[in-house]
Amino acid sequence: MPIELLKYGLRRGHRPYRDIPSTPELRRSYDVVIIGGGGHGLAAAYYLSHYHGISNIAVLEKGYLAGGNTARNTTTVRSNYLTLPSIEFYREGVSLFETMSQELGFNVMFSQRGQLTLAHSDAAMRSFRLRAEMGKHAGIRAEVVDAQTVQELCPHVNMDFGGQHEVLGGLWHADGGTARHDAVAWGYAKRAAERGVEIHQRTEVTGFGIAGGRVTEIRTNRGTVLAGQVLQAAGGMNGRIAEMAGIRLPIRCFPLQAMVTQPLKPFLDILLSSSNLHTYLVQSSRGEIVIGGGTDPYQLASTRSSLPQKEALATGALQLMPFLHNVKLLRQWAGITDITPDFSPIMGASPLQNYWLDAGWGTWGFKATAVAGKRMAETIATGRVPDILMPFALERFARFELLNEMGATAAGH
Amino acid sequence: MKIMTCPVNGPRNISEFQWLGPVHAEDEARDETLVERLFLAPNPMGVLREWWRHTPSNTVFIAERNLISDEILRTWLKGSDADKPTSAA
Repeated sequence: MPIELLKYGLRRGHRPYRDIPSTPELRRSYDVVIIGGGGHGLAAAYYLSHYHGISNIAVLEKGYLAGGNTARNTTTVRSNYLTLPSIEFYREGVSLFETMSQELGFNVMFSQRGQLTLAHSDAAMRSFRLRAEMGKHAGIRAEVVDAQTVQELCPHVNMDFGGQHEVLGGLWHADGGTARHDAVAWGYAKRAAERGVEIHQRTEVTGFGIAGGRVTEIRTNRGTVLAGQVLQAAGGMNGRIAEMAGIRLPIRCFPLQAMVTQPLKPFLDILLSSSNLHTYLVQSSRGEIVIGGGTDPYQLASTRSSLPQKEALATGALQLMPFLHNVKLLRQWAGITDITPDFSPIMGASPLQNYWLDAGWGTWGFKATAVAGKRMAETIATGRVPDILMPFALERFARFELLNEMGATAAGH
Repeated sequence: MKIMTCPVNGPRNISEFQWLGPVHAEDEARDETLVERLFLAPNPMGVLREWWRHTPSNTVFIAERNLISDEILRTWLKGSDADKPTSAA
């Protein structure tokens, strides 16, 4: 293989091959139409085409491929949640990341370096004990560590910034990691397209035709298509798209902001977050320090950043690592997240028979790209929601069976 | 600096304010509409009427804000002259 690669690279006038085909004309009908060309939608297209023999699929993306929250998230992959259904679901998600590069033949740069969440209060330590015990029960690697172990795991962290903020201990999650977000989406898109899945970029859904409790047609800015089954995986636009289909979702939009510093030499070899400071830091493979945190403090559907939120992120980062004070910021951005009341996603059936939901992914969707795609593909192919997705049904709100992950999500994503 | 106008204290830095969520109609708190009231919060691609608090003075008031542009259209105290059904935007 290396010889082949060398020959390819040295060939005169060679053209680089195209990973993603250009957008074709819309056909009249498809077996499955996926609304949203981000990681989740593309993963669903991949699993449908490779595992369920369904490749007459159109993925509709209103902008460019994986340009929404797939491009804007901060690439945390972990499973140390609080409730058993969540941990089991995200555990499968992490295991799919472990084999993703081999599965796709596409380097997604998964780095399972472990995630350390710091506690600066007794309340945070108590919640870590609960999460660690729940994690052990569900078979993931999660343990409470003391301040000395924190220092060994991350010698650069400022252990004592006085008063209530000194580091008391942490939650060490050895299964945690990070992957290259664009590569994940591109890998799924490339392999799905090889099986004939059509990826329609700059194709915006503008409405639905609905009759007899089914979606009969999907109207777009490029024409109308008929679909056997429809999957909605539209990230920040999930509330709006569902509304067009006559479905009200318990979703509110909040911006989520992040930023990266100029590249530094590698020094941070874990994912570091603080549940009290609502800040987390990770060093990317390019050496940039990615700084993320909680959502904006009030509801908004805008991708414009705000100075107060950027200041809050910088404050948290400087408290954790004061030596970053002279480092320049290179880029900053915001995305629109679709937040549910219990900080868990909504997956499975909708009030319409052939319309399936993969929504409410808020600030925590990237880590579930593979598992949500795989399980939603199974749902569409079999017409039955698998057991692992049942707790995430839309009806859980009416039954008061919420999956409260607010504490395990807030600044950890 | 983003500015919000407190009906009592005038224009102040947005960092002095706390967002408290949407204003609900009083008749929403019924058994039949409980699930909707609790979980289906309004998420309009437009103007939302919501509660805010000026934290230093503990002034709780109502604001109308555009959820796309983040433009604060107006603010007023509940029960004041501005707080009349006919003044709804």
